[in-house]
Amino acid sequence: MITARDVSVGYDEHLVVDGVGLSAGPGEVVGLIGPNGSGKTTFLRTLYAALRPRAGLVTVDDQPVAGLRGADLARRIAVVAQETPSDLPVTVADMVLLGRAPHSGALAAFGRDDHRVVAASLARVGARHLAERRYATLSGGEKQRVLVARTLAQRADHLLLDEPTNHLDIGYQHDLLRMVGRLDVTTVVVLHDLNLAARYCTTLVALHQGRIVATGTPAEVLTPELLREVYRIEARPMTVDGCLQLFFSPVEEQSTSPSGV
Amino acid sequence: MSATGQAVSPGTALPDLDPLDDLDHDRRRRRGLAWVGGLTVALLVSLPLAVALGPVAVPVDVVARVVGHHVFGVPVEVTWSPAQESIVWLLRTPRVLLGAAVGAGLAIAGVALQALTRNILAEPYLLGVTSGASTLAAASILFGVGTGIGSSSLAGSAFVGALTAGVAVFLLGRVGGQMTSTRLVLAGVSVGYVLQAATSFLIFASDDPDAGRSVLFWTLGSLTLATGQTALVTGAVVLVTTLLLLARARHLDALAIGDQTAQALGISPNRLRAVVMAVTALCVGALVAASGGIGFVGLIIPHVARMCVGTAHRLLLPVAALLGAVFLVWADVLARIVLAPQELPLGIITAIAGAPLLFVLVRRLNPTR
Repeated sequence: MITARDVSVGYDEHLVVDGVGLSAGPGEVVGLIGPNGSGKTTFLRTLYAALRPRAGLVTVDDQPVAGLRGADLARRIAVVAQETPSDLPVTVADMVLLGRAPHSGALAAFGRDDHRVVAASLARVGARHLAERRYATLSGGEKQRVLVARTLAQRADHLLLDEPTNHLDIGYQHDLLRMVGRLDVTTVVVLHDLNLAARYCTTLVALHQGRIVATGTPAEVLTPELLREVYRIEARPMTVDGCLQLFFSPVEEQSTSPSGV
Repeated sequence: MSATGQAVSPGTALPDLDPLDDLDHDRRRRRGLAWVGGLTVALLVSLPLAVALGPVAVPVDVVARVVGHHVFGVPVEVTWSPAQESIVWLLRTPRVLLGAAVGAGLAIAGVALQALTRNILAEPYLLGVTSGASTLAAASILFGVGTGIGSSSLAGSAFVGALTAGVAVFLLGRVGGQMTSTRLVLAGVSVGYVLQAATSFLIFASDDPDAGRSVLFWTLGSLTLATGQTALVTGAVVLVTTLLLLARARHLDALAIGDQTAQALGISPNRLRAVVMAVTALCVGALVAASGGIGFVGLIIPHVARMCVGTAHRLLLPVAALLGAVFLVWADVLARIVLAPQELPLGIITAIAGAPLLFVLVRRLNPTR
């Protein structure tokens, strides 16, 4: 269970996140959506205490994250963040082993069980065969799977993902989110693709200019009115095989009256 | 999974472990132990050989007896000449030990700095410490800043110069409270340039025609000033630094991948960078004070060590330290005998040996493997 109440984050005078809150319970997949610069990533970073909010409170299982030591926090919350690649030749096995770090002493060697956990985590995401490869040589889809495997090795029951489907082809996008949805953990995910959000999230929180503009089920949040206001796009919602999907078309430049929806 | 109580039980996400699939745990362990063990043996064999070799060769058994006599007070009959005794005990033993310590120190400093800048071209002198040491040593030699003559005070001013430069890079790199990798690299480069200019200016402004030559010692590096004391002090500094870095091995692993990854694992990247940087700067300051700036070791050895044992710092640090020690001990042997009786500056040997390795690395770095 992750909850955030009235979280505000700012640099200097400017508030990037202004009074945002959410609550994600066990097994839920909460999607954070909103246009570029709406504060999604900044808000997500407060959830794992990488950023200290100016105001508000974030708790995991009713304990404030600000009060938890680094390793304690990492045993509860695992994160797939956006990362610029490093030059150093890390192997996939070492990458996933990092997830074991919060579980072992600073000087102790990783034991046989740590390696078993890594093997099982890689197997779970279908990447066991990649263990000895160098991370930098993987395709985008394989990289994301490995990062998810690391969160599994971390054995946290909360998972935060920041645009995990970036740079993935459509097959991998669905693959990844379906896998995440089946993990049986509390998940908060930042997503750009609204149709993915509609399909895989149980709850959506829409941010615009640092504030929440809507929250609820995908059907409640992804309304033509909201999308026009927030994204300046015309959207036609439809239900295909019981799942909400959206068809988009650009807003007419001069037209003052909303075109037929 | 059956939810007992209110909260989810930990690890619900993970399927059952496969008891048979442990990623070849035993093979990994054996490989690590083999590298550390093999390199330790290589170092232990290299040390007496390196003492024995030189313009005047001394038989290895004489080396063993002289050292045994001095260190353990082994009561052996004195069968060696006084000249051999002073060569072994006063000249070469301190020099070889200092070489091992400096090689190890440069290698671990390189490992640490490459991890915290995530830049494969980072090396110990990135911190500007060599330039700082040269500048103050030049001021000391040429204008008697400090007490002037006497190697210990020269080492003292070199140390002060090295540390001042390290602190300057550190402060510049931290402007605005955030110390990013790029900023750190840029700060190091700019401080280095300013100090090199200052050194050149000092040499130019002095009347001493030999000024350039005496300053060259600090820029090219040499083990000729080794004494028993400098060898012991430097060795102790390197040992402590290794332990301090080893205690943060996991954190360095995460930092080497990225700030976001480190934060996701509950590590504060800025604090870690500050601590590692301070520890490394102190260590490199001591190395430069003892031996000047010996190039290439701190750049190349970490890469070679990574090729041997991978990027996990818990194994990488000791392997790099041992490799660096062995490498520098043998580089110094070459420096002594190639043009004997004249001695080559050590920096020339390390550059000649290091540059081809760098070419190999450049080719190997092809990300498509």
